[in-house]
Amino acid sequence: MSVHDRPLSPHLQVYRWPISMTLSILHRVTGVGLGFGTLLMAYWLIAAAAGPDWFATAQTFVGSILGRLILLGFTASLMFHFCNGIRHLFWDAGKGFELSTARASGISVFLGTIILTVATWAIAYLVRGDL
Amino acid sequence: MSLRTPIGRARGLGSAKEGTHHWWHQRVTAVALVLLSGWFVISLIVMTGASYEEVRAWIGHPVVTGLLLLTIVFTFYHLKLGLQVVIEDYVHSEMVKLGSLMLMSGACLVVGLACGLSVLYVAFGG
Repeated sequence: MSVHDRPLSPHLQVYRWPISMTLSILHRVTGVGLGFGTLLMAYWLIAAAAGPDWFATAQTFVGSILGRLILLGFTASLMFHFCNGIRHLFWDAGKGFELSTARASGISVFLGTIILTVATWAIAYLVRGDL
Repeated sequence: MSLRTPIGRARGLGSAKEGTHHWWHQRVTAVALVLLSGWFVISLIVMTGASYEEVRAWIGHPVVTGLLLLTIVFTFYHLKLGLQVVIEDYVHSEMVKLGSLMLMSGACLVVGLACGLSVLYVAFGG
């Protein structure tokens, strides 16, 4: 059995881009992004342990425009990774491999990400009572 | 002609050399994090705008301390497993790969430890 003269798979460009490919790449991108986001979580927890001055600085940063943008990115990434992660767990259980199902679950992941992200921020602002 | 089966020759030749254990732990931590991250986000939403004292009282509640520590352990272990696959996929030089893996594992350990110690310090240190 020669390894060398097997036909090569065609380049990716000849395929119609399926939604699962976008989600797969985004799952990895958001995972790495969330990894860097844990630094903010660490900073917040360390500040809570270090004392009131540290905590006030951390809260000011988190509440700034830059801080809120990072938090928004973190929330959206988390919700996406959460929804698509559950989709992966269903695949791991052997369910949802039909093309139509995979497409439908992929669209659900996008919708779920938007709904959960918007809901998180809307409720947080309601709890806070101001902008 | 060899008597070795094709699967026998293929085993251990992937970029990570092994994987079942890794794969399984990533799934177990994923299932745990579905619950724990859900709890964590809902808690933070409820606590939006909370004062220093309120946040410390929340962290120091025994149930919260326990759940936070669980969340931290599962988060950083899941993160380490995920970043490991990313490095194994894209870094092809063996020395650079080993170095990156050590650096990444160490960073996950240090940041995770900082989070865990902070929670314990608030809960028990005062």
